Amino acid sequence: MADHLLQAVKLFCERERRVLFRDLDITLDAGEVVQIEGANGSGKTTLLRVLTGISDAYDGEVLWQGQSIKKARIEYQLNMHYLGHAAGIKSALTAEENLRWYAALAGRKLDDRLWEVLAEVGLKGYEDVPCYTLSAGQQRRVNLARLYLLPAKLWVLDEPFTAIDKSGVAAIEQLMSQQVKNGGSVIVTTHQDLSSVANVRKVSLG
Amino acid sequence: MELSNNNTQFSLYGIFKTVLVRDLVVAFRHPSDLVNPLIFFMIVVTLFPLAVSPEKQFLAQAAPGVLWVAALLATLLSLDMLFQSDFQDGTLEQLLLSPQPLYIGILAKVMGHWLLSGLPLTLLSPLLAFMMFLPSEALPALMITLLLGTPVLSFIGAVGSALTVGLRKSGLLLSLLVLPLYIPVLIFSAGAVQAATIGLPIIGHVALLGAMLALALVLAPLAISAGLRISLGS
Amino acid sequence: MWTWFHRLGSPRWFYNISGRWLPWLSVAAAILIITGTVWALAFAPQDYQQGNSFRIIYIHVPSALLAQSCYMIMAVAGAIGLIWKMKLADMAAKSCASIGASFTLLALVTGAVWGKPTWGTWWVWDARLTSMLILFFLYLGIVALHSAISDRDQAAKATAVLALVGLVNIPIIKYSVEWWNTLHQPATFTLTEKPAMPAEMWVPLLIMVLGFYCFFTVVLIMRTRFEILVREWRTSWVKEILAKS
Repeated sequence: MADHLLQAVKLFCERERRVLFRDLDITLDAGEVVQIEGANGSGKTTLLRVLTGISDAYDGEVLWQGQSIKKARIEYQLNMHYLGHAAGIKSALTAEENLRWYAALAGRKLDDRLWEVLAEVGLKGYEDVPCYTLSAGQQRRVNLARLYLLPAKLWVLDEPFTAIDKSGVAAIEQLMSQQVKNGGSVIVTTHQDLSSVANVRKVSLG
Repeated sequence: MELSNNNTQFSLYGIFKTVLVRDLVVAFRHPSDLVNPLIFFMIVVTLFPLAVSPEKQFLAQAAPGVLWVAALLATLLSLDMLFQSDFQDGTLEQLLLSPQPLYIGILAKVMGHWLLSGLPLTLLSPLLAFMMFLPSEALPALMITLLLGTPVLSFIGAVGSALTVGLRKSGLLLSLLVLPLYIPVLIFSAGAVQAATIGLPIIGHVALLGAMLALALVLAPLAISAGLRISLGS
Repeated sequence: MWTWFHRLGSPRWFYNISGRWLPWLSVAAAILIITGTVWALAFAPQDYQQGNSFRIIYIHVPSALLAQSCYMIMAVAGAIGLIWKMKLADMAAKSCASIGASFTLLALVTGAVWGKPTWGTWWVWDARLTSMLILFFLYLGIVALHSAISDRDQAAKATAVLALVGLVNIPIIKYSVEWWNTLHQPATFTLTEKPAMPAEMWVPLLIMVLGFYCFFTVVLIMRTRFEILVREWRTSWVKEILAKS
């Protein structure tokens, strides 16, 4: 049997004396989208933090291409992007500076596509202003630009549609479809129906 | 499109510079964060003549201790900017998720903190030493100990900061954790300045401070990264 | 070796085995402490300099020793909890923090009581007492951090890191305080530095130290057992125990 791209085995997680999930198995292969659903407080964010390796307060195992993410940490982190609850944007810096920081952390250089991409996520004319002058939705768009600029096999998106308008929602769905078409994968928490994206599988928590 | 990233280049210096420069740029765009610890330093020093006595002889004798305690408290106050804002805007978890060695990123962050707190305090100290009537022959000792001691304070403070980041009302708790650990630095630094006022050699103190700095440089980043992973992991 | 290690990590196994040790340890602690106290107070000779007031060392020294070793035990248990994720070690470390803080306080108070007849004041910035005071602050920091974090696994890990940092620092703190003390206070006689104590004096001291260690072990086990019950209350074996009592 070939290894899955990402596999969670018998995850058990408890926070503040409350069991969030137990015996949770998730598999994800290339070209797949897993949508995680659940009520508020059901542990969606915690699950994503476990899957990305930010949190190691869990029992069970998370495997990246058949290897524990604790062992294959660098390889995993090279190939995974996580968009968390917070925008992940330094508000004193411009969009360009923020993206250059991300690129440098990923060990890569940004090319001229930066300006194209910023225009594509709807930030034309905002490239050089500090991000605190941008709205919450615009700040999230800066972070989305990362997904265009720094390709990765796996995206882990925590409520990507928060504070995003209708055209933005369509753009993100478009982005996810593109990722799937390229053979990449997505794990996403949202209540939104991802009708336009192919290959979506739902996992319910709680 | 190629999605695989396994051919990425790593450069330790590159990541160090990236993290450091970003922190410096952010700080310079919020100049008040930079200046506030300095103002605090000046005010605390001013309190002593007002509270005890403005008499020259007393102040000269108390100066090494007062200046060092004030510098220590100012450093403590500035620890807030180390991880807290990065935690709130989510860039701290992104730093943790980067494939780069966290050790280097943390070194850069602590270095940035020192450049923005310890170094300015050192540069400001002659002015306050003058106001406290510190004998001029002790001034080099004051500056050398500040130069060597404040980075140790930054390192130890960063450990406490990493362990308390994200907790409510972490400020007071942080001082509680960190202040007892600051005691050796305080003793040797203030002792060195004291020794210099009566013309004794301070090379022994300086060597000890150097040793503490070396120890902190090696061990503290490990504790800091463990602390960050714990604080962000819940 | 490893199966033994893992069995030790099982709270249930520890709860059962420690239940069998407890009576023996309690009896040993009681006998040692009573013997030591009677011997120390009634039979040990007077100190030629300090008279009867020196007898407080029979409480001060054991509690000061315990205060320090308890910190070490806490840090080691914390490290085991961090590295091998052994829950039992986390619980033991948590119990150590408050026990250690109590012994440190006891050492401080007995030091002050001894200081009154000897130095004429309740408090002197003596090197040992000052180190003990700083150790007390370290303990308070651990307790404060533990209570500030609501998730108990996170709290256990965070305090373990802090305890390890403290463990590295304690020798440095001790050394620096001793150095500071010689600078500011030319040699007064201290509570514990006795050149050649006669056997009639140190044998009861040794008994007291052993008794205190037994007592400490009893308290540690009892607190850890309590922690186990609190943490594992959902499991069937704890429910069984609770139903019986």
